Amino acid sequence: MALGVGSALTIGLILGTVIIVAAMLIWVERRLLSFWQERLGPNRVGPFGLLQVVADMIKIFTKEDWVPPFADRVSFVIAPAIIMTVILLSFAVIPFAPNIGVIESNIGVLFILAMASLGAYSVMLGGLSSDNKYALLGSLRAAAQMVSYEVFMGISLLGVVALSGSFNLRTIVEAQEGMWFVVPQFVGFVIFLIAGVAESHRLPFDIPEAEQEICAGYHTEYSGMKFGMFFVGEYLGLVLVSSLITVLFFGGWMGPGFLPPVVWFALKSGVFIAFFILLRAAIPRPRYDQLMTYGWLFLLPLSLVNLLVTGAVILST
Amino acid sequence: MYSLIKDTLLSQVVTLWGVFKKLFVKADTVEYPDQQPYMFPRWRGRIILSRDPDGEERCVACNLCAVACPVDCIALQKGEMEDGRWYPEFFRINFSRCIMCGFCEEACPTNAIQLTPDFEMAEYVRQDMVWEKEDLLISGCGKYHDYNFYRVAGKQISGKDKGEALNEAKPVNVRSLMP
Repeated sequence: MALGVGSALTIGLILGTVIIVAAMLIWVERRLLSFWQERLGPNRVGPFGLLQVVADMIKIFTKEDWVPPFADRVSFVIAPAIIMTVILLSFAVIPFAPNIGVIESNIGVLFILAMASLGAYSVMLGGLSSDNKYALLGSLRAAAQMVSYEVFMGISLLGVVALSGSFNLRTIVEAQEGMWFVVPQFVGFVIFLIAGVAESHRLPFDIPEAEQEICAGYHTEYSGMKFGMFFVGEYLGLVLVSSLITVLFFGGWMGPGFLPPVVWFALKSGVFIAFFILLRAAIPRPRYDQLMTYGWLFLLPLSLVNLLVTGAVILST
Repeated sequence: MYSLIKDTLLSQVVTLWGVFKKLFVKADTVEYPDQQPYMFPRWRGRIILSRDPDGEERCVACNLCAVACPVDCIALQKGEMEDGRWYPEFFRINFSRCIMCGFCEEACPTNAIQLTPDFEMAEYVRQDMVWEKEDLLISGCGKYHDYNFYRVAGKQISGKDKGEALNEAKPVNVRSLMP
């Protein structure tokens, strides 16, 4: 079997890598967070604590997988599978390197936005089917947050799409040969970054699962591997948003030739993953209404202005 | 507008940079089992029963420690040897109650009960926290190397009559008129 876009070996490698990276992030995040809090973090299991993931996995697999009797069983079981599925599907259109990818899609950007919207169903169903006040509040917040941040997540990408003239992510990367889109689209980049954090409901926008207010939000009633799927799904979302930022604004696999393209891609994504963890370490969570106000009254107009200016510049040149 | 940007963006960036700098700060963590902390000699930890320089038990079963104990975790029973020495038949400390206050050490007239700088006393079974005399008794003198209660006290035991203790005057014959 040969490597290449769409070959079975490539697909398998991408799937395996993405899931392993997402699982390893459990350890990476705890370790990085602790460095930023002047601690050491998990360093007991294996070298540097690398096998902490294995220990966590054994723990989470052997835990009792309990479905509460008052829950709506079908949607309760489906919900965690949805988030894993849609995020893994989103990786299909991401170009990791010139000949590494799952599919060539001319609607890559739209596909990812559509999958992100479907992800909202996961948290909504999970929260509603739990029949729990905290879970309901969490899913309520999650639905509102994801729906409203999707709006200008899409709009902030339109500048990139306009500049490259394509929805195809591979074409978008190739259009950044001369200059990364972060330079002409800096505002779009910042908005996409913020919206990406909100979409993957990571801190500081983890309002749907804010521990201090509503237990664990939409996954309050989940345990065992069902919780683990929400957990890993969150990290998968983190990896997805990081690689999307790399693809859309930082030239994807491009970089000086002394490293293979896929390594450049991994490095750039890694920087953004670390940045998201830094966000978690540094920024406190806003109030729920502040989040909505900030989104609709500040970021949405800003992204519209950004799109307007980009369009005007493209037309005038 | 300016204040909005300052509040929403600039202050966040400042915070991010401040936290990022912590990456190059040495961690405060003490890696405890690998890196043992220095324990001060007067640290109040695990309780022991010491022996005098001759190798005999120092405890005279006076019960002062049990009385002083604020949580009543010490239990003992007096026994008497043939030579007249008192000793505890059993001596029991319930470490699941002990609060390491050190009052027993303060109360002890013979320096028998002492607190040591050891604190690693975790057990899986609660009953294992109850230590008997065999567990408590050590072979050394603890903090006081040359103290022997029966040598300095006026208590009469076989082999040491009244007035033969260290710095002890001969007993006064109250029936005599001679000074």
